[in-house]
Amino acid sequence: MTAEQTSSSPSAARGEPLVVLDHVDKWFGDLHVLQDIHLSVARGEVVVVIGPSGSGKSTLCRAINRLETIDKGEISLDGQPLPAEGKELAALRAEVGMVFQSFNLFAHKTILENVTLGPIKVRGIKKADADKRAMELLERVGIAHQAKKYPAQLSGGQQQRVAIARALAMDPKVMLFDEPTSALDPEMIKEVLDVMVDLAEQGMTMVVVTHEMGFARTAADRVVFMADGAIVEENTPEEFFTNPQSERAQDFLSKILKH
Amino acid sequence: MDPVLDNLDLYWDGFLRSLSIIGWSLVGSLLLGTLIAAFRVSPVASLRAFGSAWVTVVRNCPLTIVLFFMAFGLPELGINTSFYVFGVGGLIIYTSAFVCEAIRSGINSVSAGQAEAARAIGLPFTQTLTQVVLPQALRATVPPLGSVQIAMFKNSAVVGAFGVGGDLWSAGRNLTSAQGYAYIPVLTGVAIGYLVITLTGGALLAVIERKVAIAR
Ligand SMILES: Nc1ncnc2c1ncn2[C@@H]1O[C@H](COP(=O)(O)OP(=O)(O)O)[C@@H](O)[C@H]1O
Ligand SMILES: [Mg+2]
Repeated sequence: MTAEQTSSSPSAARGEPLVVLDHVDKWFGDLHVLQDIHLSVARGEVVVVIGPSGSGKSTLCRAINRLETIDKGEISLDGQPLPAEGKELAALRAEVGMVFQSFNLFAHKTILENVTLGPIKVRGIKKADADKRAMELLERVGIAHQAKKYPAQLSGGQQQRVAIARALAMDPKVMLFDEPTSALDPEMIKEVLDVMVDLAEQGMTMVVVTHEMGFARTAADRVVFMADGAIVEENTPEEFFTNPQSERAQDFLSKILKH
Repeated sequence: MDPVLDNLDLYWDGFLRSLSIIGWSLVGSLLLGTLIAAFRVSPVASLRAFGSAWVTVVRNCPLTIVLFFMAFGLPELGINTSFYVFGVGGLIIYTSAFVCEAIRSGINSVSAGQAEAARAIGLPFTQTLTQVVLPQALRATVPPLGSVQIAMFKNSAVVGAFGVGGDLWSAGRNLTSAQGYAYIPVLTGVAIGYLVITLTGGALLAVIERKVAIAR
């Protein structure tokens, strides 16, 4: 893997807030799925979001690139409030990389085409240049030799690494990961986490929903614990895992540690 | 079979006329149906409402009513053109509702995650549709779209009967009513003409289905 830089130059402005959620509320009908959420993610910071199933972690993640709308409060990226719709919204999404639990690679396109589609159609980059850059990224995630294949021909771990390359191809300011290893067989989890640790070390700003404590301990600056739509506790990974403050977190950790 | 063999030229002209009605309706209904399907899945509520109203109204009206509206309703609004254009236009509108529903069911067969991933890399709505969703929907869409179009081939006879004239069906009517030939041989000839069209269409469809199945 190369030590190539991503667009958010970490050393330059590390620490200044990049993603800010302020008084964010959301309801699904009667369900108050996000409750007065405050979260500020600094440039270059890696935040792990952890919590029981149904606590609103995916919704939080999806709200940051407006795949879900919010009912109250404000979310801003790099000082700009998220646009509501249209061209500006599409432009915002190009700045925010997203990796899904179920990979969601474009099934009818080759691995290479999956990675170049955004740069060519959204950024207007010439095909030859997009191909070159895509091959570099595929090299970086270790899939370059499979560039001509279709997603269905790859293992889950390989597909997820392609999905990361696809997101990186847009030179995003921040990367969102929603349980990126939950759909993977155990032997493939590490190959995906390695790529993510590598990204974190190179200064990418990341919001990662995951229950992988190893990743949180190695790569995260902060752990945010959610329960029932609210942020219950925030701490460094070490403190959170060894000395959780809230009863909800203690209860949750005792459950996942038993497995 | 004399009535047929004696009048092969009349049959041939009718066959070509039917083909032209079918050809225009095929292209027109695919374009219009795709547009209405795009309306039905668009993020704009008013377009969605228009799309579903279009489908509900047109699909639940008999073709003859649609044709009456075209040929007699539109002139009242000051729109005048040939019966051929009215007839083909009516068949396009009628078929578009079925095309729309076939395409929409194809779109629904593509998992929501595909469109989300497309939006997440910044593709706007139209490109999400044209680059990601529609090419995949196509595979699921071809078989039902084929049956819709073959039903349209047969409906072209209704358009012919409606006064457009000169098509295969009208050739048969001309031979029996005006020239006094017996019905059975004449209509057998007409049926063979339609069979040639629909069976060829079906064979083409099978080829297309195989093509899109491979191009995955
Ligand atoms: N589109 C939706 N419509 C209605 N309820 C939803 C929708 N998406 C999620 N929910 C509900 O919101 C709650 C939080 O969901 P989610 O954010 O996916 O939680 P998590 O990712 O922490 O498991 C759950 O109870 C879930 O059932
Ligand atoms: Mg989730």
